[in-house]
Amino acid sequence: MSHYEAPIRKPLVTGDKSYHDITVEIARPVEGKANKSWWIVFSIALIAFLWGLGCIVYTVSTGIGTWGLNKTIGWAWDITNFVWWVGIGHAGTLISAVLLLFRQKWRMAINRSAEAMTIFSVVQAGLFPIIHMGRPWLAYWVLPIPNQYGSLWVNFNSPLLWDVFAISTYLSVSLVFWWTGLLPDFAMLRDRAVKPFQKHIYGILSFGWSGRVKDWQRFEEVSLVLAGLATPLVLSVHTIVSFDFATSVIPGWHTTIFPPYFVAGAIFSGFAMVNTLLIIMRKVVSLEDYITVQHIELMNIVIMITGSIVGVAYITELFMAWYSGVEYEQYAFLNRATGPYWWAYWAMMTCNVFSPQFMWFPKLRRSIMFSFFISIVVNIGMWFERFVIIVTSLHRDYMPSAWTMFSPTFVDIGIYIGTIGFFFVLFLLYARTFPVIAQAEVKSIMKSSGEKYKKIREEKGDDANLYEMPEPKTLPDFKKLIAEANSKNDSSDANSKSE
Amino acid sequence: MASKVLNVFYKDDDILMEAVKKVQSKNYRIEEVFCPFPVHGLDKLLKVKHTRLAITSFLYGLVGISVALTMMNYIMIIDWPQNIGGKPSFSLIENLPSFIPTAFEMTVFFAAHLMVITFYMRSKLWPFKKAENPDPRTTDDHFLMQVSVGNNDIQEVAEFLNTTGAVEIDLKK
Repeated sequence: MSHYEAPIRKPLVTGDKSYHDITVEIARPVEGKANKSWWIVFSIALIAFLWGLGCIVYTVSTGIGTWGLNKTIGWAWDITNFVWWVGIGHAGTLISAVLLLFRQKWRMAINRSAEAMTIFSVVQAGLFPIIHMGRPWLAYWVLPIPNQYGSLWVNFNSPLLWDVFAISTYLSVSLVFWWTGLLPDFAMLRDRAVKPFQKHIYGILSFGWSGRVKDWQRFEEVSLVLAGLATPLVLSVHTIVSFDFATSVIPGWHTTIFPPYFVAGAIFSGFAMVNTLLIIMRKVVSLEDYITVQHIELMNIVIMITGSIVGVAYITELFMAWYSGVEYEQYAFLNRATGPYWWAYWAMMTCNVFSPQFMWFPKLRRSIMFSFFISIVVNIGMWFERFVIIVTSLHRDYMPSAWTMFSPTFVDIGIYIGTIGFFFVLFLLYARTFPVIAQAEVKSIMKSSGEKYKKIREEKGDDANLYEMPEPKTLPDFKKLIAEANSKNDSSDANSKSE
Repeated sequence: MASKVLNVFYKDDDILMEAVKKVQSKNYRIEEVFCPFPVHGLDKLLKVKHTRLAITSFLYGLVGISVALTMMNYIMIIDWPQNIGGKPSFSLIENLPSFIPTAFEMTVFFAAHLMVITFYMRSKLWPFKKAENPDPRTTDDHFLMQVSVGNNDIQEVAEFLNTTGAVEIDLKK
């Protein structure tokens, strides 16, 4: 069987590893005890989460007036944070679905955590519209449920309702995609578990996965079809989020470039967040052999490309504002760049367009410290992008007497920090209890992309044997075993009959 | 007496594939193979029919788009038509552009979820389902081939299997 892969491709799993080594190394963070740094980060995240929870309770019990919104700026941090989190949530499905369709093997080391990140960040995103409703216990009113109010239906002409369908489909499909991939890995943890409690829990989580040939055949087909479904889905979600703005008549929002521009921005910020998380995680749980510099470099290239697409979109927006001849549109963009929010605009430009260009240099994109730094810069930049689009477009509307500025209250800030805390609480718990790398899939690419086998092929040629035949064992006398078993059965049969 | 079955363990996917070919050339029956990861080509070698899950997904998608359009037609056109911003609302076809995003999302929702549920049911996977792999090592690094002895001499079959690169052979309980 051929496991040939072009030698120019760098190994995706480094070190001299057997299949069993992979099992052990990926089960280690789950089976071991949490170290001190985990507890410190977890405590900080938990405090931030609880603080945010307090701010949410205050908002809901007092009202949206606790936020910095005013009559001109009716949408600010809430929707900024919503779009920011949804955007971050795009990398996971992109890595697991689009890269699967393109047969990119490097996705296998990072897809599990990227999908976890997706799910956790979409949860954060979903919080904002629900809190902004003011009466979150009526959130189910966004669903088309028969009722006695007239009948009062939801409005399928509204992009806000499209969002409800897009985000709930995205969250639920990402969740089953993730879970289906997790089944064999949970089964691995279940079969290794020593303590009965763990064995029981992972037994439930693994849905009784046994790994028959037919199961694997179906598993692979389901993964492929889900990837095929999730690819247009992931593109549709941010397209629909951008419709929230693009279908309005606000200068600065009413542009047809929004869908591709938002999707590129989402992938951009999502990959940056994957880099932020995985650069730390590979170190903390010592998975440097699986999440290699090669993986980080490839992600940096995606960041560079999508960052450049975003840059082109920014410039196109400026051009179209000028070329349209619409003075309101022209003013909106002039005001963004030179008005009172100039600092937000230039922070966005610097972080999103300028900083990813450093990744043209191989030395920089292979530097782990630098990649981490840029990933943080990009996350900040993408937050500013949404802030710029939303607040600067609203703050100077058609009526100059209504012009105003936005300043967040401690509640705005508290809820935002709270969602960051909640996100990290979920991610840290995940890192301690879930197999953070799709170990079954990684095992399947070992012979083509593992360093060990690449070396063997380099030494002995591409058709080299990649295995060693084990020595034949001395076998027991099976006839005797059967006879013994039969005599035992006979006696037990006789017993059961006599009963 | 039912035919005895031997559990034959391997520790390498290539050895397993070769062994399957050898066993088949001897006309021994392979009852089942348990693997820790997907071994490409093994299903074809064992003549396992290709799964039809992708087809079910397509059909579920058709159900999804039908449900979506029926629902939106009932809600927005038949039951309570409204003039919302002057958007055309007198027939489904006039109002269709607004319905495309929701129809698309519901198509994906049905196609994905119902296919996964079908997969779980067909492969008998659900919470509290007891795992059926005979040995815990088959989710780690062991490949388990179950070979039916049939009317052959058990010791002979075992000796033959021993030469195919097995690391362990025992009797299925």
